Amino acid sequence: MSRLAARFAELKAQKTKNGGHKTALIPYVMTGDPSPEITLPLMHAMVAAGADIIELGAPFSDPMADGPVIQAAAERSLEHNTSLHDVFSVVTEFRKTDDKTPIVMMGYLNPIEVMGYQSFAQQASACGIDGVITVDMPPVEAGEYVPALRAKELDPIFLLAPTSTEERIKKLADVASGFVYYVSLKGVTGAATLDVSSVEEKVAQIRQYIDLPIGVGFGIGDAESAAKVAGCSDAVVVGSAIVKKMTLNDGKTEPERSIIIKEISDILSAMRGAMDDV
Amino acid sequence: MTQLIDKSVKQKPASVDYSAMPDERGHFGVYGGIFASETLMQALDELRDVYEKVKTDKEFQKQFDTDLAQYVGRPSPLYFAERLTQQVGGAQIYLKREDLNHTGAHKINNTIGQGLLAKMMGKKRIIAETGAGQHGVASATVAARFGMECVVYMGAEDIVRQAPNVYRMKLLGAKVVSVESGSKTLKDALNEAMRDWVTNVDDTFYIIGTVAGPHPYPAMVRDFQTIIGREAKTQMQEQCGCLPDALVACIGGGSNAIGLFHPFLKDESVAMYGVEGGGLGVDTGKHAAPLCAGSPGVLHGNRTYLMEDENGQIIETHSVSAGLDYPGVGPEHSWLKDIGRVKYVAATDDEALHAFHTLTQVEGIIPALESSHAVAYGMKLAATMTPEERIIINLSGRGDKDINTIAKIEGIQL
Ligand SMILES: Cc1ncc(COP(=O)(O)O)c(C=O)c1O
Repeated sequence: MSRLAARFAELKAQKTKNGGHKTALIPYVMTGDPSPEITLPLMHAMVAAGADIIELGAPFSDPMADGPVIQAAAERSLEHNTSLHDVFSVVTEFRKTDDKTPIVMMGYLNPIEVMGYQSFAQQASACGIDGVITVDMPPVEAGEYVPALRAKELDPIFLLAPTSTEERIKKLADVASGFVYYVSLKGVTGAATLDVSSVEEKVAQIRQYIDLPIGVGFGIGDAESAAKVAGCSDAVVVGSAIVKKMTLNDGKTEPERSIIIKEISDILSAMRGAMDDV
Repeated sequence: MTQLIDKSVKQKPASVDYSAMPDERGHFGVYGGIFASETLMQALDELRDVYEKVKTDKEFQKQFDTDLAQYVGRPSPLYFAERLTQQVGGAQIYLKREDLNHTGAHKINNTIGQGLLAKMMGKKRIIAETGAGQHGVASATVAARFGMECVVYMGAEDIVRQAPNVYRMKLLGAKVVSVESGSKTLKDALNEAMRDWVTNVDDTFYIIGTVAGPHPYPAMVRDFQTIIGREAKTQMQEQCGCLPDALVACIGGGSNAIGLFHPFLKDESVAMYGVEGGGLGVDTGKHAAPLCAGSPGVLHGNRTYLMEDENGQIIETHSVSAGLDYPGVGPEHSWLKDIGRVKYVAATDDEALHAFHTLTQVEGIIPALESSHAVAYGMKLAATMTPEERIIINLSGRGDKDINTIAKIEGIQL
């Protein structure tokens, strides 16, 4: 069983306070933001604070789907010339002491395109990445991408949105694996207009056609919204709310890094607590 | 990408049906496509369906033609530049005068078309990205005419160098948003416009200003711009009774170039040259010439040649001309390059500035800095040809917007 499938199965077997099953908490951080040294200890700390899966950003110069917070994160990361190879290295290191927590890489297509799909899949799989979210790779263009990932047992994770039609949802069932990422609003990452009842409705619609866990992301900024979304989904993704903390300092020294890591851990613990109370 | 593009296929296939491109999902060979985020897919499908319908809809085409004639002032003249021809001493040089269109560039051909679509689709709000400001002005113009709200995204650097156009947009009632991210030029303005569209997709029509973006934009913008080439073909026939021997146009995203080239693609005797922004020189790395010196990748919704580093990050471009300062290019041009039908070259900043002054002084026509790149290469090319041969240079826009930039380069304060 893949790490992702194992983790979702594990959570399903665990009960929340009111008898529902547990929902995965998925923090998103950008590799190399704000410094190359912070990412590895931060990943371990996030697991300790209650993260079930880690979404690791690969920076791109033109992050069209991201709001100002994650755009700035990509810029900071690129100041250190963070590349896909750096993402692979940090995952390799992480796997030395954590072989269970699934890692999903999230980024844009061009760095993968330039590396070549097969070479990318081979290296991503070898270092211990479990799934890949490529924001600007829709299923219609994924004819060579999906088989390349599958061949290396990587899950191609696709997005659905409030604008996704029934027909598009049905089609996704053929290509997606791992989980499905539901973008909870029309907008970019970090927007603050989460409408929980419309999320519930859409998630229910998606479940009619797709038998995969459903993660919800974009616009979840605090414990309260995390708990609400946890009630109707299998995973809650939190990005901008923690990436904001990367501006506290530039993460060059150990004491600086501890400040950022502590702040992010606190946010995640609070979310974990609220989600488990649902 | 290596697995998708066989670089050895440089030869043009025996017979190419240029009018069959792109395929139904927007591919020109391996280029083009729809690399967009899920939130936009439905809107893109809808736009594609509506556009497919109007393509053959007589009413729509009639309205479009009427607007081009009565509002834009088409046909634009094909002008024999006699003194420039004499000075160069080679082929006869003709200028396709897109600078004489309403608002001063070819950009309005496209915004009239997309504006009509927006109206048909009941959209209340128009957004656009702009580099030189010509597309922003042309979008603000149709928005004013149709009584729609208009927001134009423009890189902070371009706002400075194209100040007159910024003011024009404001006079026309548009809101100009300064984009401070990345290189603060056209590509960043496009990113920001896409973010707006994702957020306001229900009531907003995004008018992309060139043959880039996800399908159907590259095909749709091309179709609206081919009026340039269709007219030029008829005019050349009327004036000289023949086809031109060569066509020359500048390439930012490539809309004025494809507009001129497309109706001639199947005429094999017609050579075609797309002129990219050579900046300080293609070998200095400081340029905006992805077709001359870039490699294939995916940006802004399509696969195409890009200026990118070995990690797939987009590199900052340099061109004296804001409208050419773009690291990508329309996907059809990438395909035309690979099959060898069009030759892509570059003109440096200095060559363009020299051509700017030459055309102004010899013909009394002040060209846009973008178009000056085409003039620069066209003069070079004409000099290698015989006096019996004819070339058409696409004068994509007028240079009024650039006089601040020129004055600054010359050390003159206006
Ligand atoms: C006058 C003029 N010519 C050319 C261009 C370049 O665009 P394209 O290559 O799409 O024609 C611009 C863009 O702003 C322009 O204003």
